[in-house]
Amino acid sequence: MTTVAEGVADLTAEEAEFERLIDADSRVEPRDWMPDAYRKTLIRQISQHAHSEIIGMQPEGNWITRAPSLKRKAILMAKVQDEAGHGLYLYSAAQTLGIDRDEMFEQLITGKAKYSSIFNYTTPTWADMGSIGWLVDGAAICNQVPLCRASYGPYGRAMTRICKEESFHQRQGFEILLQLMRGTPEQQRMAQESVNRWYAPALMMFGPPDEDSPNSKQSMAWKIKRFSNDDLRQRFVDMLVPQAEVLGITLPDPDLKWNEERGHYDFGELDWSEFYEVLAGRGQANAVRVAKRKKAHEDGAWVREAARAYADREFAVRDGERVAS
Amino acid sequence: MTTPGDSGARETWPLWEVFIRSSRGLSHVHAGSLHAPDETMAVRNARDLYTRRAEGVSIWVVRASDITTSDPDARGEFFESPQGKEFRHATYYSESESVPHL
Repeated sequence: MTTVAEGVADLTAEEAEFERLIDADSRVEPRDWMPDAYRKTLIRQISQHAHSEIIGMQPEGNWITRAPSLKRKAILMAKVQDEAGHGLYLYSAAQTLGIDRDEMFEQLITGKAKYSSIFNYTTPTWADMGSIGWLVDGAAICNQVPLCRASYGPYGRAMTRICKEESFHQRQGFEILLQLMRGTPEQQRMAQESVNRWYAPALMMFGPPDEDSPNSKQSMAWKIKRFSNDDLRQRFVDMLVPQAEVLGITLPDPDLKWNEERGHYDFGELDWSEFYEVLAGRGQANAVRVAKRKKAHEDGAWVREAARAYADREFAVRDGERVAS
Repeated sequence: MTTPGDSGARETWPLWEVFIRSSRGLSHVHAGSLHAPDETMAVRNARDLYTRRAEGVSIWVVRASDITTSDPDARGEFFESPQGKEFRHATYYSESESVPHL
């Protein structure tokens, strides 16, 4: 996407201005001209990100009524509430690109829009609240911090707000696991078993390897994405290893070891067939997640309509008063 | 002129833009937007959505459709007048550089 001298003459003034903004590391704002493909890519990415936050409320919402203490329950509720908030920030950002929320909802329900596959895994134990915070939110932070500098202004601003809130999520998860690891042998086993299940899916959150990720290159040229999937995954693994040592938890990968030459940890091949299976709708909870979202939306319809009817009447009354006076 | 993020009348609830004063002595700054049926609910939703960690002491909401903006296509000409008028900035006046308190 860098401006090539001989190419400049062929660009329209609008295209040239867009290229100039991208090259200068400036930001594109809602009412600027932008290529259709850029707009489409952003709508896809931001709406899917929003859906992930909203669907992501379910695996943890599952444990609110069963949290082991009032403190943990309050924390979990705050976290799930944050996720609702993150979804709303992102829906607003997507909306500035000319798609409305009803349409995004339709796309989620019909399966036209995806959300992060990680939320299709179930949460059978309390330790999963720890693993989600530490591994899933940890991977999300790794992915999201560079998105704060995304070339599309509203997306970057939403991400900045989200990242500020997300670090609490990761720390509370780490603390849940730490407490279990300081507990009875059963509690330690529960923590280890949970990490065994979440580790690989968390690593897959960064998306397929670079050579199988055709859209990445264009997204990086547009400065929506700043680092490749594999680079981010490596960064995440490098951060995890010392944290796992503090926890006293073993990361379930026999090939995981420090590579002096590269200055990074080497890690084993991931089972991408599992990733594609879940993506294709054959994960543990795909159908349940979408059905629950649909039901919540439909059950809330009367509230939205009643509030709208009340507002309309109030507006009408006020307008009437204005005319009368 | 359409407003950023205005979805028109298709959705059940209109879109509101939210401005937050983070502490006394500072201006309200745009925080984001949300949907709400009326202004009372918009302020409440804004509290829940944008001030969960004491980020604000005051909230403004305004219907997105009520905002008028400058025309982005006329950006160049519209903001042209300060160009070449460096004398409006203190840095233009270099003669006084070593003089104290100036």
